[in-house]
Amino acid sequence: MSTPSPTEALLLASILFATGLLGVLARRNLLLMLMSIEIMLNAAALAFIAAGARWHAAQGQVMFLMILSLAAAEAAVGLAIILRLHAAGRPTLDADTGNRLKG
Amino acid sequence: MDALLLPLIVFCPLLAAGILFVSAGRMPARASCMIGAGSVGLSALLAGRLAASFLAAPLPAGTLHMALWSWMRVEGFSTRIAFALDPLSLVMMLVVTGVGFLILLYACGYMHDDPDIARFFGCMTLFVAAMLVLVFSSDLLSLYIGWEGVGICSYLLIGFWHTDTANVVAARKAFIVTRIGDAAMLCGLLLLATQASTLDIAALLHIVATGPAQLLPATAAFLLLGGAAAKSAQVPLQTWLPDAMAGPTPVSALIHAATMVTAGVYLIARLHPLFMAVPVAMKAVALVGLITLLLAAGSALVQTDIKRILAYSTMSQIGYMFLALGSGAWQAAIFHLVTHAFFKALLFMAAGAVILRVHHRQDIYQMGGLAPAMPVVFSAFLAGAAALAGLPLLTAGFYSKEMILQGAWHANPLLWAGALLGAFATAIYIFRCVFIVFLGTRHTEPTGRTGATMAIPLACLAILALAGGWMEMPDTIAPVHLLSHLLSPLFGTATAEGPSWLLWAGSLVPLAGVGVAWLLWRPRTQARTAPEDAIARLARTGWGFDTLYDTLLVRPFITLGRLNQSDLCDRLSDATAATTRAGSRMLSRMQSGQVRRYAGWIAAGTVVALCLGIRP
Amino acid sequence: MIALPALILLPATGGLTAWLSDRGRQASSLSWWVAITTILLQALLLLFITCTAEWGHGPWLAHFSTPWIPALGIAARMDMDGLSLVMLWLTTLLSFPCVILSARDVGEQPGLFHLLLLATIAGINGVFLATDLFLFFFFWELMLVPMYVLILQWGHEDRRRAAIKFFLFTQGSGLLMLVAILGLVILHQHATGIVTFDYFVLADTPLMPTTAMVLMLGFFVAFAVKLPVVPLHVWLPDTHTQAPTAGSVLLAGILLKTGGYGLIRFVALLFPEAAARFAPVALALGVAGILYGAWLSLAQDDMKRLIAYSSVSHLGFVLLGIFSGSPMGMRGAVVQMVAHGLSTGALFVIAGSLQDRLHTRDMRRMGGLWQALPHLSSVGLFFAIASLGLPGMGNFVGEFLTLLATWRVSPPMAILGTAGLVLSAVYSLTMVGRAFLGPPHAGQGTIHTPPPADFGPRQMTVLSLTMALLLLLGTYPQPVLDLSLPAPAHATPQPEGLHP
Repeated sequence: MSTPSPTEALLLASILFATGLLGVLARRNLLLMLMSIEIMLNAAALAFIAAGARWHAAQGQVMFLMILSLAAAEAAVGLAIILRLHAAGRPTLDADTGNRLKG
Repeated sequence: MDALLLPLIVFCPLLAAGILFVSAGRMPARASCMIGAGSVGLSALLAGRLAASFLAAPLPAGTLHMALWSWMRVEGFSTRIAFALDPLSLVMMLVVTGVGFLILLYACGYMHDDPDIARFFGCMTLFVAAMLVLVFSSDLLSLYIGWEGVGICSYLLIGFWHTDTANVVAARKAFIVTRIGDAAMLCGLLLLATQASTLDIAALLHIVATGPAQLLPATAAFLLLGGAAAKSAQVPLQTWLPDAMAGPTPVSALIHAATMVTAGVYLIARLHPLFMAVPVAMKAVALVGLITLLLAAGSALVQTDIKRILAYSTMSQIGYMFLALGSGAWQAAIFHLVTHAFFKALLFMAAGAVILRVHHRQDIYQMGGLAPAMPVVFSAFLAGAAALAGLPLLTAGFYSKEMILQGAWHANPLLWAGALLGAFATAIYIFRCVFIVFLGTRHTEPTGRTGATMAIPLACLAILALAGGWMEMPDTIAPVHLLSHLLSPLFGTATAEGPSWLLWAGSLVPLAGVGVAWLLWRPRTQARTAPEDAIARLARTGWGFDTLYDTLLVRPFITLGRLNQSDLCDRLSDATAATTRAGSRMLSRMQSGQVRRYAGWIAAGTVVALCLGIRP
Repeated sequence: MIALPALILLPATGGLTAWLSDRGRQASSLSWWVAITTILLQALLLLFITCTAEWGHGPWLAHFSTPWIPALGIAARMDMDGLSLVMLWLTTLLSFPCVILSARDVGEQPGLFHLLLLATIAGINGVFLATDLFLFFFFWELMLVPMYVLILQWGHEDRRRAAIKFFLFTQGSGLLMLVAILGLVILHQHATGIVTFDYFVLADTPLMPTTAMVLMLGFFVAFAVKLPVVPLHVWLPDTHTQAPTAGSVLLAGILLKTGGYGLIRFVALLFPEAAARFAPVALALGVAGILYGAWLSLAQDDMKRLIAYSSVSHLGFVLLGIFSGSPMGMRGAVVQMVAHGLSTGALFVIAGSLQDRLHTRDMRRMGGLWQALPHLSSVGLFFAIASLGLPGMGNFVGEFLTLLATWRVSPPMAILGTAGLVLSAVYSLTMVGRAFLGPPHAGQGTIHTPPPADFGPRQMTVLSLTMALLLLLGTYPQPVLDLSLPAPAHATPQPEGLHP
């Protein structure tokens, strides 16, 4: 198994990013949208790794670690919001009804 | 001492006006009367005293000056509130205070049961004060204070009975039409002030006399003529006077017959060197006078309202004065001004007495046969009518009109012919009025009686209307020249008299007019309806000037204003605001609150940004 | 002289006191008493300033200067000349009808109302005194904001729109002025290397003709909006109509005059050459204002709108006078401003009183008010006559002098301006005729079943004094005429107490 070239890694990253974006745009389920965002973040992280490998720089991996923690924080906040919404008596995960939130 | 009397004469009625306005009707009616008439009476006494000392010991300069205070003093222009008494203003002063006092006395009787009598006398005394300012001022700008002051008093008094919309409209019309003339006059003042840096009359006339002939006096003279014509109800700004009869009758007598409407004559006489320097302006003055006197006499022939007959007759008589001014017969104009003040005030007051007795009716065809019921009023009216018609020898009007006819003959025989035609018509229309109102069958039963406060002024003025003319006579009759002699320092000696057949013509024509009136309206054959053909109708409405101005000027102006009521500029700014709001509404639609759409916008924006970044 | 800043601080502190005194209390007239005391003190202070001014030491009468932001060359510098003094007296005198007649019966939160009113007055006083451009701009904005809140909070039915319009127009044009000020300062720095906002120093900035014109226009637009000049007048009728009575009086009486004052001090004197080149346009705008304002005034049914458009017409004369380029016109313009402040202010008091009594401003629903309200109507008649420019009243002196000055420059313009006098008679008398005279309006019995109260002694006293002032100004204007010539920008005064 040969190491993938940076081009291939970037291609994969873009495919992943596009998938995530499509997910955010097309899905209405909040959970699935969160997951799509995770995919996009991971795509970005992959791009950093690939770049780091290409130039033999440590920054790529540093950025990966940071994105990892960012993603965790984002998921935590997102899930917390969803739980709060549920606790406030909102029984749906439909994102398009979010603009009716008042107060 | 004498100089101090000048401001005092003005101050008396002014103070009375102040008291009457401040009291705001809390005083009893009798007190208002006494303050109103008394103050003007006091002025008249002071004026008599002043006149006596002025005539007894004429000043070397011929003029008594009294500068009160500096009004405006700025770079390149200064003006003072300053009074001066010369023979011309002396005559005017005596007319204003004397006739004014008689009319106010009459008004005490006429208005005694009006609830607003304090306001009435307040306005009347204010008017007298303003008129005296006009007469005394030796500076054109302080003259302008009086000029506009009498205008506003006239507005207040025409609309005195303000619950009737017609009166209010008539008052407004009177003020606005005269204001148009005033604006022209103000332009004239601006022109003169710009050229001369002063509006002091003596200084101005000196500049006109010595300065090089140029466009300045001509333009200024025409602009001032505009002001004079509007104030004196001359063509083409004459339309306000007949409507002004909406005011109480004493107002018509004082303001619209004896004093204010003659202010134009006074102004031109006061500035006569300016007008003499411009022969065209003189011709214009004479022409305006001639046209007005003929048109107004024609209108007076067919009126049915007794006060409107007198109003048109006033226009016509002031036309005579303008004719005299334009012919250079200054003394004649002033003489006629004086006698006209006597007999026209008398006619108005007698007419007012009649109107009171016949239940405030003014249509002459509803009167008739009133002579036996009110002999005093009838004789007074007859005296006034005789003087107005100019019946020879006996009446004041004869002598003054004769003098004007002489002057017109010297200027241009055509003017003379027109004036003679006017005299003929004058005799016809006023005796038509006399015959229809006082003779024939009675249509309205008169009630009440004319009290002493009204009868005494009538008697005084009747005497003046008859005997007042003896101060100035043609040489053919008797060489009496009191007035011309008095005025000679100002106007120079009068022109020599023409052939004596002029005098004969001037005496016979009014008699012929009375004869024609007798033939047409004598009690037996009297036609008791007004003529109804097209010309008569046109003449009755004042030859259609009102309609013309209404369709040409007033109506379009008001209509356009109404169309633009909400202000085009405002609409433009509102349109800008509306466009902005529509744009923002469109953009705000992007902000729908839907996360997915936001994400889409972010993505699209990133793509666009990347494309732009990569392109070069 | 320390009294100059005191003239600004006094109304400001008085306003704060009024506000604090009324907090938490309902329907208390305590704040009114505080306000009246404040303006009385202000009058006394101004009297003191007038008496202790340095008469006879040149055109500038009093000075005050202290550094404010030295790094930018900004100082709290105030100087007073005759023009400032006249305008300050006008402000002080007109505060009385504002507070005594209009503010007494204000509904909720009287304390806040008085605070805003006095804050506006403080700002106006500052505008008339400041000779540091930054300070001037500060006061210019200071008088704007409280006025905006006054209209927004206490105005009539359509107040929000009117208040926003007022704010946008004045604020937007004020920003143009700020740009012009900054431009002038930067150009001065380029030329001399000194950063300063001092009026007298900046007056000597060497400028290219084009630059001077651009900067002058920046100032001109700001003041033209305020004055107002056609076609920038559109905020005025709405604002006047919707403002509370005290606001209208303050607006018409004084606030508009800051525009005229600014035109004199910061356009005609700061950029004399550019102003002279601009004069033909400005004269045309002035005449257009006179005629257009009068014409539209004639067409209005709303009484306050009518008076507002008549203001546009009257202030056209001010523009004529300022740009006629002669001291005579300048003096005439100042007299016209003072007279207009008195007469139109009083007319707004009357229109406001009518609205309080009849609950309408529509003249189609008035008529024959003389029987019910003889005092109010006669006072209204007096001020209508004053506003049509009857000789003997202040307005005539102003109009005559401006027209005379204009005639020297351009007779046709003066003739058109004179035509405005005819129109002013038309609209004034139409207003009187429709509201006060004629038969009583048919629906009036139902509008006010208890007959409306006439003016009492309080109103009559204040308005009689206003009348007396107008008559005095009309018959003896010389003191105002002597004072009203602005001191030239180059006669740099020696400020006392200038800290190194």
